[in-house]
Parts: sequence; C-alpha cells; structure tokens
Amino acid sequence: MKTKLKPVKNAIPRVPATISAQPIIPLRERRLNFGNKWNFAPAPEDAKNYVIAPQHELFINGKFVAPRSGTYFESVNPATEQTLTTIAAANAEDVDGAVKAARKAYAQVWSKMPGRERGKYLYRIARIIQEKSRELAVLETMDGGKPIKESRDVDLPLVAAHFFYYAGWADKLKYAFPGKMPQPLGVAGQIIPWNFPLLMAAWKIAPALACGNTVVLKPAETTSITALRLAQVFQEAELPAGVVNVVTGAGGTGGALVNHPDVDKIAFTGSTQVGKLIASSVAERSGAGGRAPRLTLELGGKAANILFDDAPIDQAIEGVIAGIYFNQGHVCCAGSRLFVQEGIYSKVIKKLRDRIQTLRVGDPLDKNTDIGAINSRPQLEKIRGLVQSGVDEGAELTQTQCTLPAKGYWFAPSFLTGVTQAHRVASEEIFGPVLSVMTFRTPEEAFERANHIPYGLSAGVWTDKGSKIFKMVNQLRAGVVWANTYNKFDPASPFGGYKESGFGREGGLQGLAAYCRLD
Amino acid sequence: MHRLDVKKTYKLYIGGKFPRSESGRYLPAKSPAGVRLDNYAHASRKDFRDAVVAARAATGGWGKASAYNRGQVLYRAAEMLQSRASELVNEIARSTDVSAAQARREVTLSIDRLLYFAGWTDKYPQVFGSVNPVASSHFNFTTPEPTGVAVVLAPDQPSLLALLSLVAPVILSGNTAIVVASEKFPLPAATFAEILATSDLPGGVVNILTGKRAELVPHIATHMDVNAVVDGVGAPESSGTLQAGVATNLKRYANHSLATADWFTAKMEDPYWILDTVEFKTAWHPIGI
Repeated sequence: MKTKLKPVKNAIPRVPATISAQPIIPLRERRLNFGNKWNFAPAPEDAKNYVIAPQHELFINGKFVAPRSGTYFESVNPATEQTLTTIAAANAEDVDGAVKAARKAYAQVWSKMPGRERGKYLYRIARIIQEKSRELAVLETMDGGKPIKESRDVDLPLVAAHFFYYAGWADKLKYAFPGKMPQPLGVAGQIIPWNFPLLMAAWKIAPALACGNTVVLKPAETTSITALRLAQVFQEAELPAGVVNVVTGAGGTGGALVNHPDVDKIAFTGSTQVGKLIASSVAERSGAGGRAPRLTLELGGKAANILFDDAPIDQAIEGVIAGIYFNQGHVCCAGSRLFVQEGIYSKVIKKLRDRIQTLRVGDPLDKNTDIGAINSRPQLEKIRGLVQSGVDEGAELTQTQCTLPAKGYWFAPSFLTGVTQAHRVASEEIFGPVLSVMTFRTPEEAFERANHIPYGLSAGVWTDKGSKIFKMVNQLRAGVVWANTYNKFDPASPFGGYKESGFGREGGLQGLAAYCRLD
Repeated sequence: MHRLDVKKTYKLYIGGKFPRSESGRYLPAKSPAGVRLDNYAHASRKDFRDAVVAARAATGGWGKASAYNRGQVLYRAAEMLQSRASELVNEIARSTDVSAAQARREVTLSIDRLLYFAGWTDKYPQVFGSVNPVASSHFNFTTPEPTGVAVVLAPDQPSLLALLSLVAPVILSGNTAIVVASEKFPLPAATFAEILATSDLPGGVVNILTGKRAELVPHIATHMDVNAVVDGVGAPESSGTLQAGVATNLKRYANHSLATADWFTAKMEDPYWILDTVEFKTAWHPIGI
C-alpha cells in the first residue's frame, strides 16, 4: 500500500550509519537521539505454550456447537497476517437458538437464584480469569494486535476486577436503588467492539449477570477468540447452561440479535453510525406497537485533552502520549484532540516530537513494545485516509521514525499540527494513533471548542490550579473527565457518554441501572 | 344592561414572552358541552424551533444556577400556583370534563407536587451521585448534570397535573423544557404559563406550545438541538416517531405514559424520573504531590 504522506520535517534517523557521518546540528534544533543505544534485544512473550484450536464453534446453552449456518470465517493475527483459526459465523437461526437458551436459563435458573449464589459464580469466574490471565493476555495480543504489556497489565487485571466488583453487588442490589426493588430485565443482547475484546465482554457480562439477567454476547468478528476462551472459563466455573451464550459473526449476526423479538435489552459498544442504526431499528419496533428492548449505547468519541500553561509539562506530555497512543489509539475515549495554551505551544511540540521518537512500534508480543498492530486492514485504510485528508487540508504531519514490520497492519504514531476546527481530523474519530494539535488562549475558548462537536465521551485537563480544574470539569460536556491524568479505568468508576457518544453508564453503582427494572 | 365579557386569545409561551403563533393560526377551545370558550394559538414548526432556541439560550443560566437557587425558584413557583389556585380551578373546571371538586383536587395536588420536586434540586445529586473507591491512587467522583434541552409531551388528561409532574423532574436538575400541552384541553396549560411568567423562573426555562401534537412530533424527533424527549403520551404512532429521533442525534427518550388516575397517586412522585434527563459525569484526579 502506497501512501502519499509528506516527509516529516526535522526528522533525524534513529540509527545513524556512523557517529562521524552525522551532520553538525545547531543546538536549538537538536532533538532527542539515542542512536544505537535505543535498540533493545527482543523480549517476546512465549506464545507457544498456548494452543489455539484450528476451529471455533458457537457457545450456546453451555456447549460448543457447530453453527447451523455451516459457515466459518478466518481470524487473522494483525501483526503477521497469519490466520490464527476459523470462527463459526452465526446466522439468524443460530442467534435464535442462543436467545432461546438464554430465555430458558433466565426463566428456570438464573432469575430464581438468590443474589448471593449469583455473586459466588461471578467470584469463581473472576478467580479463574486471574489464574488464566497470562494465557488470555497472550491470546488477546495475538488476536487483536495490542502490546502484551497492555493486555497483561491493563486489560486482564481490569477484566478480573470487573467480575469481582459486580460479584459483590449481586446480593446488595436493593442498596443501589434507594426506595426501589430492582428486578432483572431478562435476556440481554450484548454487542462489543474489537479494541478491548475481553474487557468489553467483562463490562457487559458482569453487571448483567449480577442483576439476574442472562446474556447473548456477540463479539467483534476480528476478535472472537478470547470471548470463546471466556466461554470455557464459564464452563469451568460451572455456570448454568444458557446463562451466557456467545454467538460469533459479523454485522449480520449483530443485526439478528438486535432484531430478535425475545431480547429485553440491547447493550452496544461501537461506532456512532451503527449505534444510530440500532436505535432506529428499536424505534421501528416500538412504533409498530411491538415489544422493544431497552437500549444502552457506548459510542464514538473525539476527546479534547486540554493543556494549560501552568500544567506540570513533563507529566502532561506523558498523559498526552498515554491518552492518544494507548492501544494504538483504538480507544473510544482517546485524547485525540490536543488543545495547547498558546504560551507553551512551541515547548510542548518540541517535547512531543522528542517523546514520540522513543515509542517502540512492533511485535505486540514483545514486552518492550509500546505500539502494536492496527487491528485490521480496513481500520488501517481508514486511518490512512483520514491522516491523508489532514495533510491535504494543510496540516503538518510528524511521525515516529521507525521501521515498520513488512507483514501486518501498522501505522506509526503521528501527530498533526496546524489543524483548524474545520479540518476533518479535528472532528472525526480516527480511532488510530493520530493526534490533532490545536491551540487556545482562554479557558472559555478551550471548553467551548472542546464541546463544539457532537461527541462527548471524555476529556482531559492539565493544570496545577485546583479551581481551574473544577471549572473545566464543570464546563466540559463529557461523561469522563481526567484531570492531570488520562485513560484511567476502574470497575467502580462509571463510564459513558454525553450527546452522540451514547447513553447509559458502564461500571460503578450507576452501571447497574442498565440491567435493572425498578419497581 | 348586560355587560359583554372581554374574550382573550391564549398565546404561546416562548422565552418568557407570549407570542401568537408565527403562522398566524389559532384554534377554538370548546367546553366539554361544546360551548365555544376562547381561541388559543396553534403552534407551528417554526414556533417549536423558536422555542428550542429560547430553551437553549436559557440552559447557561439555569443549568449553572446553584441547586439552592433552583429550589428557591421552584418554591416560588409553587407559591404563585397557590395564590392563583382558584384561577386554575376555574380554568380546569370550565374547559375540561372534570367537576369543580376534581379540578380543585388536581390543582392542590399540583401545588404539593411542585413543592415536592422543588426540594429535590439539592438532594438528588447526593442520592444518585457517588464517590468511587477506585483501586489506583485517584480521587474519583460521579455527579449528575442536566442533559440540556428536553421536550415534554403532556397527555390530554389530567391537563395540568400531568404536565407539571412531567416538567418538574426535568427542570429541577437544570434542564430547560419545551412542553407540548394537552391537545384536547390546552387552556389550563396556557394559564399555567401565565402563572409561571410571574414567578421567578427565568424566561426560556419552560416554554409551552399549544396546538396539534401530530404536527410537531416529527420535527421534535429530528431537531438536532434537542437533547431529550419525555413522552407522557406514549401513543404508538407518536412514540415510534419520537424514538426514531434517538437515531438522529442520540436524544434520550423516556416514556412515561400513565392512566389518568395514576397521575393522582404517589407512584409518579418518583425521583428516578429525574435521571431520565441527566448525564452522569465522572471526574478523576491523582492523589499525590
């Protein structure tokens, strides 16, 4: 794939041929350059102990069953383009079987079970996940392309923590809703994205089960392996058959789940575009006088990360880097718009330019890797297209100078300067390791521009002044505001959007409301 | 000699002012016995859009007013309702098909209900917000905030009580509202607007439109600057259209259609209704030096 991207200005080769061959660079133009010293010996996580079966079936009613559709699709390792396995593609008939199993389990077992017992199942699941966490992390990395240090140190600990957190709620629900007797909704259809496959499964399944619902989960088609491995965890935990079912497939499978007449709740995480389609199909059924499921949507974002001139700069730069390059920028709450107060702009750009040169892009299984593979070829094309639009519209591109592996889907960490509010890269979600940098003068200008797009999922504020933090937190129209930090997650902390970033919360006390009927 | 009554035209209530419909249209209100009472404005799509502009403009002041202040304003509105209770009783009795005694009951309940919700302004964030014990070294808290501009569809009956019961939980958190009044019995809503105008409620916080619901519903659903719809009618034909509006710009949609008698019960004095039009915001800050 050829790109027309412009060459980077002030680029310095990371590995100079010889020291003496280096031109003399004036002091004020010097950039961070470790030369050969920046080369690390490879430190790959050993993946050969973890066997991936050549074929994966659907998980329905406690068993792995061949799809009635009879079709399978390939799951590819985005870092190598090698096929890892084939996965069953569920059609409407398969989805119907899964919903029937979930309905039966709901009516006969799960809704009748005391909360305390449900909680014990969740504890069991959490423990087994902890025990298998390295294996799951490796699989997550192979299937999705994310660096092992993130799947190992962020995703998996949060997955287990999420099950532990909601396990404790299962027998305490009446305290979550003062004056009400919360009741389960029934069968929940849950559709999750490819950026945090296991974590999104945990965010959806744990509260649903804690509240007494049963589940049909539809993982993203590019990242189904760990969801099916999670199904094995459920088997090992002896979770009653049908309480959680996993139907794999692409958009058609998700559509069949959304349109199934016996689903009481749809929870979707993904793009705003698909979220709107789901909302529209639910409305149609409601308008026709039919039984429509309840809906929660966690959709796209284009978060503003606002950097004031009184911020602790080095700490802020680390936060900006973590904010946009974490998980290759495949994060709905990624801090993809950086607003820098004018007085510190040149200083910030210099530090940012130096800092991205230290990011290590490559083998996701290598423990030193900061930036892994882009999840799929279509996503890579989308990122390339949007970055190209930024360059075409006049923005200047700066990228990490690194050699990208020959095979696989890769995009070097990038930032765009000279971005205006009118550029596509200032308002469209790129969902890749690309930061759009803009400047501002006053706090009012910062929050007005931050709020001036249809998204409202998250935001960041960097300043040493406490009252300014509270002013900004108060004014920003976003569901999560990180002040002097970024991309932090916790099962006790609710997550979800304002405006076109969706509605409903996941996590925390407020996350229970998505799975309860209040009588 | 017989004195001729002065007839009035009931007007719309938009941005604290009482315009006639920009369309120039009006409709005649009739008593249940079929006697022609007064004319009232027949709101158009443009009137609705004007109301959204007024409501949006009012969000800044009202949404950021202190909870104590919003409570005080709503208490004052309840005081105004009390002092003009007989006017409302008369309006309900003459223009809707309920007895004077029933009208009195509806008005007194409306006053009490407004007082009840006024008290929630500075309490619901404590009841529904949280400080979250995250595992990392961060201070983390979640607070509810108004979602912005909400459209409220009032059912036909009870013409005042249902409207008030739907609007109070919307505005108490700092939202502003555009109310589509009872289509069958619009006069009590129009009179209620005149009372609100003399309370301390800032102009634009509550806007009241009278006219034909079905005309306005598609425009409500597709308006890009409406954040939420609270549907007290719940008829399949309108609720389907309104819900489809979720797909336009992710409007929040809540369906609160009740049987007429239910509006008189404590069942709907439900603080959880406040949550239909709030957003939960979670803030993080590191703990350390």
